[in-house]
Amino acid sequence: MNFILGILFSIVVVSILVFIPWIGVWAWDLRFVFGVIVPYAAIAIFIMGILYRVIGWARSPVPFRIPTTAGQQKSLAWIKPNRIDNPSNAFGVIIRMAFEVLLFRSLFRNTSLEFRQGNRITYEWEKWLWVAALAFHYSFLVVVLRHLRFFTEPIPAFVHWIENLDGFLEMGIAPFSGFSLPGILISGFVLLAALTYLFLRRLYISQTRYISLPADYFPLFLIIGIATTGVLMRYMGAFMQFIFGADWFSVPVVNVKELAMGLVTFHPVIPEDIGTIFYIHLFLVSILLAYFPFSKLMHMGGIFLSPTRNLSNNNRMVRHVNPWDYPVKTHTYEEYEDEFREKMVEAGLPVEKISEESAEDKTGSSEEAEKE
Amino acid sequence: MYDGVKIIIGIIIFLVLLLFPAWYQVGKAAKVPDPKLAEKALKAEQCVEPKLFMKTQHMKLLDEWRDEVVRSADRYYQSSSGKTYYKSLQVTCMDCHSSKKEFCDQCHDYLGVVPYCWDCHIEPKENG
Repeated sequence: MNFILGILFSIVVVSILVFIPWIGVWAWDLRFVFGVIVPYAAIAIFIMGILYRVIGWARSPVPFRIPTTAGQQKSLAWIKPNRIDNPSNAFGVIIRMAFEVLLFRSLFRNTSLEFRQGNRITYEWEKWLWVAALAFHYSFLVVVLRHLRFFTEPIPAFVHWIENLDGFLEMGIAPFSGFSLPGILISGFVLLAALTYLFLRRLYISQTRYISLPADYFPLFLIIGIATTGVLMRYMGAFMQFIFGADWFSVPVVNVKELAMGLVTFHPVIPEDIGTIFYIHLFLVSILLAYFPFSKLMHMGGIFLSPTRNLSNNNRMVRHVNPWDYPVKTHTYEEYEDEFREKMVEAGLPVEKISEESAEDKTGSSEEAEKE
Repeated sequence: MYDGVKIIIGIIIFLVLLLFPAWYQVGKAAKVPDPKLAEKALKAEQCVEPKLFMKTQHMKLLDEWRDEVVRSADRYYQSSSGKTYYKSLQVTCMDCHSSKKEFCDQCHDYLGVVPYCWDCHIEPKENG
């Protein structure tokens, strides 16, 4: 698919997803649908889908250890093995997985291959993807954990710590009065910046542009939509008030927490005064959850099951029996001859073992032939 | 299923983390914020601006007031209702909303908000 088509398609889909709750809540007042039913359905699909995918992966055998690793395998005593990059035991695997899951080590290894000096290939140190991926994932994690303040009562201490750390920056009246209240939280802006970079990178590098599909653009735009609605609600209310004289962005967070707590305690309520933009935010999050298990976003679970990362390279120490080795049906030549001996004899084909009946027949017939 | 034990342990960890808000709540009485309006506030019927505006924008209003008062000694606020108010947290706001504990803290604690008003202003001493 042409990349412009792919981008257009994704933008159109995300726009439709924005308009559904917009019209649903603003015009038809379906607050209960978008505030209760859709989020519950989404979380149910999310859990079931993830279980389905993970169990599906767990049912696929990985019979042999895959030694595509960047370190020296454990072999002779005088050759120094690389215990983390080519682990021979569970400890090394845990360290390697921790590096992969927490620090994205595979992305750190990224190099770009280009012709820089005529026909000479150069491999360049290329860490921007790794940096942006770290920024994106960790800021998203912080944003998600911060949202626990809406879902817990009393709020656990670690949520306060994260929020204090995230909100250490005080901007006064910059960039305009009212923007930085109640408190700037850096993670939201880092998230948007990283998403923008990852999108532009996809477009800028011709190879990634060529392999990018709507399945790559759609989650990017969806998360950009979620982050944007969140930022608008938190920061842009005063600006809206100033420009249009009406504030459609700010939502009363006490009421939002009542809604969230209702969902969590299974006593759903729909409080008053929550603007449509909140339902758009919630609907996009619900879509993300429901879409999650069936998309590339499942790498969240898949990274734990990557066979090149989570298996120790002990092919030389432990015998791994292929689990799909079943007793193969064989048909040996002896069995073949037993089955077709008479027909073979009749056709005059040589046989190794002559059965008594056919031997008699044969001698009889040969005698007759001799008489004649 | 291959490595069934590990897979099931992983799934259990995932579900426990995901459903943290649900099981964290069990057995805890959900405290609902109950900001009490003092008599004077009840009598006034409306705050400086309409209720929803105050709910979502009071921090921005206070911030603006502070800047205008401190930087340009501009002490009077023209409300959208036409009334004029004296811009002061302690003199105007706290005159009606006299109890920090029963008014401000109700929602702020509920949402884990720690406003920095009291870095400079003297926190009213309340018992209980």
